[in-house]
Amino acid sequence: MKRPDPPSGAGHPEPPRLPRDSDGPTFAEPWEAQAFALAVTLAEGGYFSWKEWSAALADELRAASGRGEPDDGSHYYRHWLAVLERLVAAKGLADPRALRVRKEAWAEAYRRTPHGKPVVLHPSEAE
Amino acid sequence: MNDHHPADHHAAGEEARHHGGHEHQAVPSDLALRVKALESLLVDKGLVDPAALDALVDMYERKVGPRNGARVVARAWVDPAYKERLLRDATAAIAELGYGGAQGEHMRVVENTPAVHNLIVCTLCSCYPWSVLGLPPVWYKSAAYRSRAVIDPRGVLREFGLELPDDVEVRVWDSTAELRYLVLPERPAHSEHLGEEELAALVTRDAMVGVARVTIPPGARRP
Repeated sequence: MKRPDPPSGAGHPEPPRLPRDSDGPTFAEPWEAQAFALAVTLAEGGYFSWKEWSAALADELRAASGRGEPDDGSHYYRHWLAVLERLVAAKGLADPRALRVRKEAWAEAYRRTPHGKPVVLHPSEAE
Repeated sequence: MNDHHPADHHAAGEEARHHGGHEHQAVPSDLALRVKALESLLVDKGLVDPAALDALVDMYERKVGPRNGARVVARAWVDPAYKERLLRDATAAIAELGYGGAQGEHMRVVENTPAVHNLIVCTLCSCYPWSVLGLPPVWYKSAAYRSRAVIDPRGVLREFGLELPDDVEVRVWDSTAELRYLVLPERPAHSEHLGEEELAALVTRDAMVGVARVTIPPGARRP
């Protein structure tokens, strides 16, 4: 899509400054990478199309902006994760309640596991 | 279920707790736990393969990055027939070098000339040519860039330190889930003596998004 050059000197309000970065790490934290990979893998598996994903992400970014949340790119993967949870529920892959239960189980597993030992869920928690 | 993901060792902002004399694991952040819950549920259901997840992360963290795009650009600069194929059918020409899109998206390459400067954006979310540029930088995903690149591209370019003469036409290309763009920057002047590899080393991510030119460091110029 080609857009014409806008007229210069139009009376726009003071535009937000662009955030900048260097060619730094791709993901700020490991969970961002995992959330990214989950979405790509589910799309490749045909559980949703990439077009559906992009549309849902665009909706989320718009909604976040409407809620007044920072939209400078720093919260990008938070929005990504929220979309992922919603899409996974909408497609019947994992319901929100099961996700909450599983999250608590992981938190508990971390609390009870001595340092240096692998963190595991008990079989009853992985139901 | 065993879990050795590196996320376990990166719990941000939480201290390992002392409990009954033993040092216990730090509980990861709420966001990290949500991802963990999602991943482990989907893995248990057999919907995703943990090895495939790890391979993807590894690929995007280490292997895919703007270097792929830089090789495409350098090849186009030294090989006119390749450049012609690239501008005609970018998806196929990029695949010739072994780079393919993860989402089956189509690629289009837009060429900068002395009269035309191209800039890419995704106004709705953050569609980006992953297969050749890796993952987008934080500013590309920001609302400021997504909206201003279209409203005031010259102002955006100025903020990136690129002042364009008034007689250069600016074209802004809005990426979608199906069609993603890559800018073919102008080959810098005085670079005739450089080979393909040396040229590729000059090409930056920002130049292929269209917010910078490719420049040749004075030291690399032929005396």
